Amino acid sequence: MKEMIFITLITLSLGIFALPKRSQYYLMLGIQVFLAALTGYLMYLSFNRIEPLQIYLFDLFGNDVSLVIDSLSAFFIFVINITVLTGALYAKGYLKPYLRDKTRLEMAWHYFNFLILHISLLMVTMLREGISFLVFWELMSVSVFFLIIFESDKQENKDAGIKFLIQMHVAFYFIIAAFIICSIATGQNIGFESLEQYFKDYPAFPVFLLFFIGFGIKAGFIPLHTWLIHAHPSAPSHISGIMSGVIIKMGIYGIVRVLTYIHSYLMPIGVFILLISIISGIFGVTIAIVQHDYKKLLAYHSIENIGIIGIGIGIGVMGLAINNPVLASLGFAGGLLHVLNHALFKSLLFYTAGSIYQQTHTRNIENLGGLMKKMPATAVFFLLGAAAISGLPPFNGFISEFLIYTGLFKSLMVSDSILSVTLLAGIVALAVIGGLAVFCFTKVFSIIFLGTARSDKTRHSHEVRRSMLFPKFIIAVFIITIGILPFLMLRPMSFVAGVFVDDTSSLINMAGTMSGISLSLSLLLIFIGILLLIKSKLSKVRHTDIGSTWGCAYTGSDPALHQYSATSYAEYIVMKAKILVGVKKHFRYLTKEKIFPSESYFKTGSSDVFEDNLVSRPAGGLLSFMEKIAVFQTGNIQHYLLYAIVFVIVISIISIFGII
Amino acid sequence: MGVGLILILITSLIFPGIVSVVKAKIAGRKGPRIMQHFYDIIRLMKKGNVYSRTTGFLFQLAPIIYFSTLLTAVFFIPVGNYKALFSFEGDFVMFAYLMASGRFIMIIAAMDTGSGFEGMGANREAFYSLLAEPVFFIIMGSIALHTGHNSFYDIFSNLYVESALTYFVSALSIYLIFWVSMIENSRLPVDDPKTHLELTMVHEVMVLDHSGFELGLIQLAGGLKFAIFGSLIFNLVLPIQNSYFLQLTFFPIVQVIYAVLVAFVESFRARNKMMRNAQWIITLSALSIVVFLTILIIHEKVGMLP
Repeated sequence: MKEMIFITLITLSLGIFALPKRSQYYLMLGIQVFLAALTGYLMYLSFNRIEPLQIYLFDLFGNDVSLVIDSLSAFFIFVINITVLTGALYAKGYLKPYLRDKTRLEMAWHYFNFLILHISLLMVTMLREGISFLVFWELMSVSVFFLIIFESDKQENKDAGIKFLIQMHVAFYFIIAAFIICSIATGQNIGFESLEQYFKDYPAFPVFLLFFIGFGIKAGFIPLHTWLIHAHPSAPSHISGIMSGVIIKMGIYGIVRVLTYIHSYLMPIGVFILLISIISGIFGVTIAIVQHDYKKLLAYHSIENIGIIGIGIGIGVMGLAINNPVLASLGFAGGLLHVLNHALFKSLLFYTAGSIYQQTHTRNIENLGGLMKKMPATAVFFLLGAAAISGLPPFNGFISEFLIYTGLFKSLMVSDSILSVTLLAGIVALAVIGGLAVFCFTKVFSIIFLGTARSDKTRHSHEVRRSMLFPKFIIAVFIITIGILPFLMLRPMSFVAGVFVDDTSSLINMAGTMSGISLSLSLLLIFIGILLLIKSKLSKVRHTDIGSTWGCAYTGSDPALHQYSATSYAEYIVMKAKILVGVKKHFRYLTKEKIFPSESYFKTGSSDVFEDNLVSRPAGGLLSFMEKIAVFQTGNIQHYLLYAIVFVIVISIISIFGII
Repeated sequence: MGVGLILILITSLIFPGIVSVVKAKIAGRKGPRIMQHFYDIIRLMKKGNVYSRTTGFLFQLAPIIYFSTLLTAVFFIPVGNYKALFSFEGDFVMFAYLMASGRFIMIIAAMDTGSGFEGMGANREAFYSLLAEPVFFIIMGSIALHTGHNSFYDIFSNLYVESALTYFVSALSIYLIFWVSMIENSRLPVDDPKTHLELTMVHEVMVLDHSGFELGLIQLAGGLKFAIFGSLIFNLVLPIQNSYFLQLTFFPIVQVIYAVLVAFVESFRARNKMMRNAQWIITLSALSIVVFLTILIIHEKVGMLP
């Protein structure tokens, strides 16, 4: 049975290459639905079981490889399936313009990698045996690489892909190193099982740090985030959505999976995660504000949200350390619920961003404006995502942040002074992140959709086709449902938190609070409804005029000329966070000597201080060193022969004198 | 529960009137009637609308959502012994985020007009409120830590006066909440609602293009914001253990004192330089950390100096 499923899957996946261009998509979608149904069934079986579900697969070098699915895996399977399926649905419309230019093989290769990505994501969450886990982890990275460079005719996309591939392999070495250390120290096979014994016998922090760096590069914690800000904008939008929604969450999965095996020395780990998450959250959103490329802006917001998730996990770990099940369950539930929430609203935002790109062919928000009138449905979805990511009620982002807040406030009361200060930092960080996110998303939404057009790039834009709106609609339903009826999430999240803590009753006890939230939100909706009713009644009897916007009583000007721009909106943050965002201006002065000034230019942009100092500068130094060494590489065969002779002579001299 | 709600709603209608009357008296003018503000709103509600052709449906929807969020936020505020309709753990987080939602949609509406002035105002509003947000959370975190509870009603009902330092803490908290209320309402010293130059406005310039019913709602919301903060201050002044009679008499007194204070600040204090506002608000956050540290000392989590 199991073999049959595998063989059919492989043949079907390879079948994509045999099909004509138009029908490849449907085969891929079919396989993905099948995969989702299959794993959905496994998820259903494994949820709320005390012992994880085990399915024996095969024997690898004498090790049993089996699927092990506990509530944590089941939760991630849910997140993966929902994001990948909506992404696949969205891809149909998004890829349509590419069908003309791309060859059959190129399209097939893209779809095939999409499938491999789905399979490897699912397998990563289900495997515990080391070798097979690492194989699928690697397969995931490689397939993502090919998905990123889909538009490989652009050099920046290839660069982003290579950057991704290199950094993923650096991460890979850290993970392997950590596994090998555990395996050698305990004498067990490589795999998660060996961690249990290792963390019992040795101090946890050093090896945890290795795992954290390895998985953290995937997750994009600052300062390990530099691949993310290039890969997200370069990938086609359905892939960006999935990348931000689930691929970076695999890093979070890895970290929390490792945490399930650590039962001692937890306090420093918790504080460490909390602090690095606070830094990621605040820096991520601050740098996001100055971005003018909306996909890059969303990429920085992924870092911010990884920070929020990390804050939740950090408190969870601290709760475990001080044996407080309330904190632990609130922290883990809040953090992991934010994994789901972020996957939902961020994929929604990336899909809408893709629609904007498809219609306008620009990623610079300064060229956009007034799209609300041309793409109203896209605008509403974007606004929904923007409100959700800013953590505003009545949307889902608020619920997970609320759980984390509750955890922080509760732990404030039981902690000592140092811990109190740390926790207060967490509270302030969440508040500041929320405020900055509001700042950022009011900016990006307003500049893209409101006001009037800033360039003629938007002239030919119109609403995208239905097939691209439908997946957004599904996501929106999820976002609103979680936001308005949060108590629905309590039981599932208590199972997930149950992987870490035995006693999750405090989450179930949150039911009262959650229904309080629902009730107040329904009151809010009732108020809005009543006022709308009054307004519509009034507008029938009252006179309504259309005029131009107030321009200081000056009516002759074009509103497009003096409306607010993204640069000026971000100005306050640029001033206050100068060191962090590093806005640079490049321009040429007009020279005096000529009668008519020649053509000049002005260019401004921001750079990432972490990327400059941690990646670009060392890499640049290495490169210039290598360039100096390259004088030996002349391309002349005589020279190379000379090197060989010199080498032989040197070796023989050394051996004559008996040095070696 | 109903009594508290009614008290807050009445305050919201009268409060702006008191402020403008006191300001007029200080300036030596005769001043409007106390209910003038209220009559103005009624007149606005009777008027028709003028919409800019740049705006869309969000512009018309925003004031309604804004007013509704504030009205819902009122249901979170206890007044003395009168428990709020919604009282649960962490309700003040919900309260703060509801206010943020209203702000979010108003910023969007201002940007919808495509006007440089309104963009500027919206930008400043977003920036100042994000700076002021931590003050509220640090104060709530501190008194939550102090009382061991985390809902408005439980916090205020357990705000016992035990150590002499608690007086200091509540005095400082009231001081800070007062200034936060001034920032939230865009009054002096961050913004002067009576200024005549669009370039230097914050909140007033954001709502330049609203008219009629919607403008009336925005004015009502302004009063509601004051009433909400006034009730918070009242709860800090008068702990809940006191009798109903005492509370019913003290509530109007506290509100009037608060209104007079606002009027005094608006009459005698100069407005900050625009560029200095951020620094000034961050100073408030720093002060709120003093509240937090004092609470830590009261609870002997930090050893006192030898």
